Amino acid sequence: MPQDTLNQDFATILVFLVFGALFVIANMVLVGRLIRSKTKYTEGKSTVYECGEPTFGSAFVRFDIRFYVLAVVFAIFDVEVVFLFPWAAVMKSLGPVAWLEAAAFVGVLGVGLAYIWRKGDIDWIPAHGHTRQAGKTLPGELTTVPTDGVPAATIPAIATPAVAEAR
Amino acid sequence: MDGVMNWLTQDRVGSALVKVLLVGNVAPMLVAFLVWLERRVAAWAQDRMGPNRVGPFGLLQSFADLIKFLLKEDVLPGHVNKAMYLVAPCLAVIPPLVVLALVPFADRFAIADVDTGILAAFAFSGIGVYAIALGGWASNSKYALIGAVRASAQLISYEICLGLAALGVFIVAGTLRLEDVVKMQADGFTIHGETLHGISKFFDWNIVKQPIGAIIFLIAAFAETNRTPFDLPEAESELAAGYHTEFSSMKFALFFLGEYVAIVAMSSLFTTLYLGGWTLFGVENAFEGTTAQTLLQILIFLAKTMCVIFTFIWVRWTVPRFRYDQLMDLGWKRLMPATLAWLAATACVVAFLK
Amino acid sequence: MGVQIAFWLFAILVAGTALYAAVAPKIVHAAFSLMATFFGVAGIYAILGSDFLAVTQVLVYVGGIMVLIVFGVLLTDRVPEEYKVVAPRRWLPALIAGGLCFAAIAGALKSTVWPISSSTPLGDATSTVEGIGRSLLTDYLIPFEFASILLLVVLVGAARLARGQVR
Repeated sequence: MPQDTLNQDFATILVFLVFGALFVIANMVLVGRLIRSKTKYTEGKSTVYECGEPTFGSAFVRFDIRFYVLAVVFAIFDVEVVFLFPWAAVMKSLGPVAWLEAAAFVGVLGVGLAYIWRKGDIDWIPAHGHTRQAGKTLPGELTTVPTDGVPAATIPAIATPAVAEAR
Repeated sequence: MDGVMNWLTQDRVGSALVKVLLVGNVAPMLVAFLVWLERRVAAWAQDRMGPNRVGPFGLLQSFADLIKFLLKEDVLPGHVNKAMYLVAPCLAVIPPLVVLALVPFADRFAIADVDTGILAAFAFSGIGVYAIALGGWASNSKYALIGAVRASAQLISYEICLGLAALGVFIVAGTLRLEDVVKMQADGFTIHGETLHGISKFFDWNIVKQPIGAIIFLIAAFAETNRTPFDLPEAESELAAGYHTEFSSMKFALFFLGEYVAIVAMSSLFTTLYLGGWTLFGVENAFEGTTAQTLLQILIFLAKTMCVIFTFIWVRWTVPRFRYDQLMDLGWKRLMPATLAWLAATACVVAFLK
Repeated sequence: MGVQIAFWLFAILVAGTALYAAVAPKIVHAAFSLMATFFGVAGIYAILGSDFLAVTQVLVYVGGIMVLIVFGVLLTDRVPEEYKVVAPRRWLPALIAGGLCFAAIAGALKSTVWPISSSTPLGDATSTVEGIGRSLLTDYLIPFEFASILLLVVLVGAARLARGQVR
């Protein structure tokens, strides 16, 4: 492919990006500001939405590490997908050899998927043998951290000791 | 008029700008129509009237809503992280718009015709996750934060399946160029050495050749656009409005717009990959070499995309929401192995039988 | 000419945002700055005519690695005020060390004779993706397969480390 054509197409994407940005900014800032009526700023407008209940603690809280593991797994499989796209483009012309080569590539990563599956890293509810312990949190559960930096007790969880004993 | 069309499809510098303006303006218009459609279909599904007062059949309802959004007070709450709070709505709209730049709407009518079009489309649709993650984080509200973390984990889980499912199409087509993928669906496939004609060209469509891949792609597309049954990020019964709880006025409207532009983008990708793009059993070549041909192709493309969008709406008002662990299990433990198996089977057939 | 201008624009973008990522007082701003850096690098790749690399840069770095960083931000508590100061206290030794590193790299870049070949390494492939796919599956098969093993090691290692914190 001639290089100037290539550049041109990428330049077009850039132009489109800039167009999108301008569109958004024009809508968000300019048009509204021109036709909107003046309003008074009151204390209530700056509070967190909470349906009448006052909020406690900051919302900048720590989340479960599992989300991070998920992000790592995602990043790795993302790279895998990127490697597979050039393979898909030439698969038809290269034939069976290409199939075997890609099968080995995906197979190795399949082992990785099997590993994290087996170890429960992609389980969203603790699997068998992973009973809930005091002080541990489930993914998605908030651990409130007060301003003095000492982790407070976790919010009561679904799994009670009775459930753990039943296992 | 033909001169205009030739210029649009051949000359590169000027036409690119015109196409940018055209698509950039048509997409938000389409979204306005789409919102109206969604509300009408929802009403129909629930046996009520839906918006029917503003304009004929309520068609102008979305524009009335837009004016309302513009007139609403633009509150900047005191508890938010200001820079990120303002950047997040922009990030919600721009990436899906850029995806539209890579879709071929008609023969030689993609805004940017790059060899790696599909990869770029996935790359840009992947950026949408930051709008949600940062919007929720910057809001400094617990509803928003839970919604944001849920949503980002959901989006990254299904992005892999989306890419892997689409790979099957490219294995069959033997190229990554979206234009060529469309052309392969019009005249690429033969049975006993004979090219298909007329309505039987339907068997050239990738939805016939890649049924499982198409279904997985559609499911992943639902999850990527946060539609029911995957709308946990904004599960209104538990999280108020999820990641955009704290956004108001035009900033909320931009999140809303971004969501619907993403639906349009995903639907047009589905149309291109699986439903034959701008082709329709040879009808698309009715006015060979004239402006009318390009217009007809764009119309065919829009009609097909509308059908896919209707499926999005239809599913939303039919299927209930998943629980979070079900959603994660479906993504990683069901769809992922299924996609890999389907991919291996497809590649096997292509490699050993051709 | 246009290419020159585009190159310098992207170069300034990359250098500026990378610098801001290093000195930004808030971690989110640093992360966002880094995102712009990745974009700029993708732009430079596109200018150089390697479209696949440019798109991969956006897909893997902006779409994948940045998710890791943003999740890292989400997982971290808000840094207390007293730790937020990143004022360069030992700026003089840092400046000297940094300057020396820069001089060494610049000297190496300057003195190296770069073998510039007029033929493209991808042969007569019609597109870069096809060429890359063909090379990956034939000449560079061993690195291709090793990439998957490397990814597997990263996956298992990251999952193991994160789990150490949970149990």
